[in-house]
Amino acid sequence: MSHLEPEGLLSTPWSGGASPFAINSKKLGMWLFIISDSLTFSALLVAYAYVRLSNPDWPRPFEIWPAIAKSSLMTFILLSSSLTMVLGVASAHRGDRKKTLRYLGLTMLFGLAFVVIHATEWYTLMVVDHVTPWSNPWGVPLFGGTFFGLTGLHMLHVTIGVGYLAVVAWGFGNGRFKPEDVEVSGLYWHFVDLVWMFIFPLVYLMSVNLKG
Amino acid sequence: MSAHGAAVGTHEVGTTKLFTQVWFWLLALTAIEVFLAYLRLNPALMLTILVGLSLIKSALIISYFMHLRFEHLGLFLLLIPAMVFCICMMLIMMFPDSLRILDLRPH
Repeated sequence: MSHLEPEGLLSTPWSGGASPFAINSKKLGMWLFIISDSLTFSALLVAYAYVRLSNPDWPRPFEIWPAIAKSSLMTFILLSSSLTMVLGVASAHRGDRKKTLRYLGLTMLFGLAFVVIHATEWYTLMVVDHVTPWSNPWGVPLFGGTFFGLTGLHMLHVTIGVGYLAVVAWGFGNGRFKPEDVEVSGLYWHFVDLVWMFIFPLVYLMSVNLKG
Repeated sequence: MSAHGAAVGTHEVGTTKLFTQVWFWLLALTAIEVFLAYLRLNPALMLTILVGLSLIKSALIISYFMHLRFEHLGLFLLLIPAMVFCICMMLIMMFPDSLRILDLRPH
C-alpha cells in the first residue's frame, strides 16, 4: 500500500496494513494476558508481604529438611522446564518437529513433577501440621489463607499449562499448529516459572525454621 | 532491545549456549536466596533483598526466555512501564504502613 501514499506522510507502521509490533495477534494477546495475570499475582504477593511484615509472630513451619529442600528442588525443576521449553521453541522455528515434541514432552514431565511434589508438600501441611486456609495450630490464620491462596493459584496455572502444552504438542505434531503457536505457549509457561521465582523466596524462604 | 531485528521479519531466537547460560545464572541466584535463608536477617531487609534478586531473575526470564529483548522496542514500551507503574501503586500502601503497625502493637 505504501507506494500509493505520499512519501513520508502515511508510511509509518501505524498507518494501517502493517503489524506495528512486528508480531502476530496471538502473541500480542498472550503478552496482554500475561501482564494482566502478573497484576493479579502482584496484588496477592503485596497483600501477603504486607501481613507478613506486620506480624512478628508469623509462623515459621518450613524446616530445611524436607520443606526447603523440596521447594528448592521444585524451583530447579521449574527453571529446567523453562530451559527445555525455550529449546523446544527454537527447534520449532528451525522446523525440527521431532525435537520440538521431545522438548515439549520433557517440559510437561517437569511440570507434572512440580505438581506432584507440591501436592506432597500440601499433604504434609494439611494432614501432619493441621493447616487449613482458615486456621492452624500456630495462631496466625492468615498464614494458611495466604499460603494456600498464592500456591494454589500458581499450581492451577501449572496444571492448566501442562494441559495447554499437551494440546499444542498434539496440534504441532499433526501439522495443525505453527511454530508461532509453540512460541505463544512458551510465553505462558515462562510466565508461570517467573511467578514461582517470587512465591518461592517470599512464601518459603521468609518462613524458614532454622531450629528444625 | 533490538528495534530492527523483528521489524524486518528475521527472528533472532538465541542459541542453546545462551539459554543454558541464562538457566545457570537463574540457578545461581536461587542458590544465593536459599543461602540468605540461613542468615537471621530482619524480615523487612530479608524481604527487600529477596524481591531484588527475584526482580533480576524475572528480568532474565523476560529478556531471554520470553524473547522480549529480541522484540520490537515498541512492544516493550507498551507492556512493561504500565505494569511497573501498577505494581508501584500497590507498593505505595505497603511502606511504611506495614512497618508502622508493628510500632502500634502493645509491647
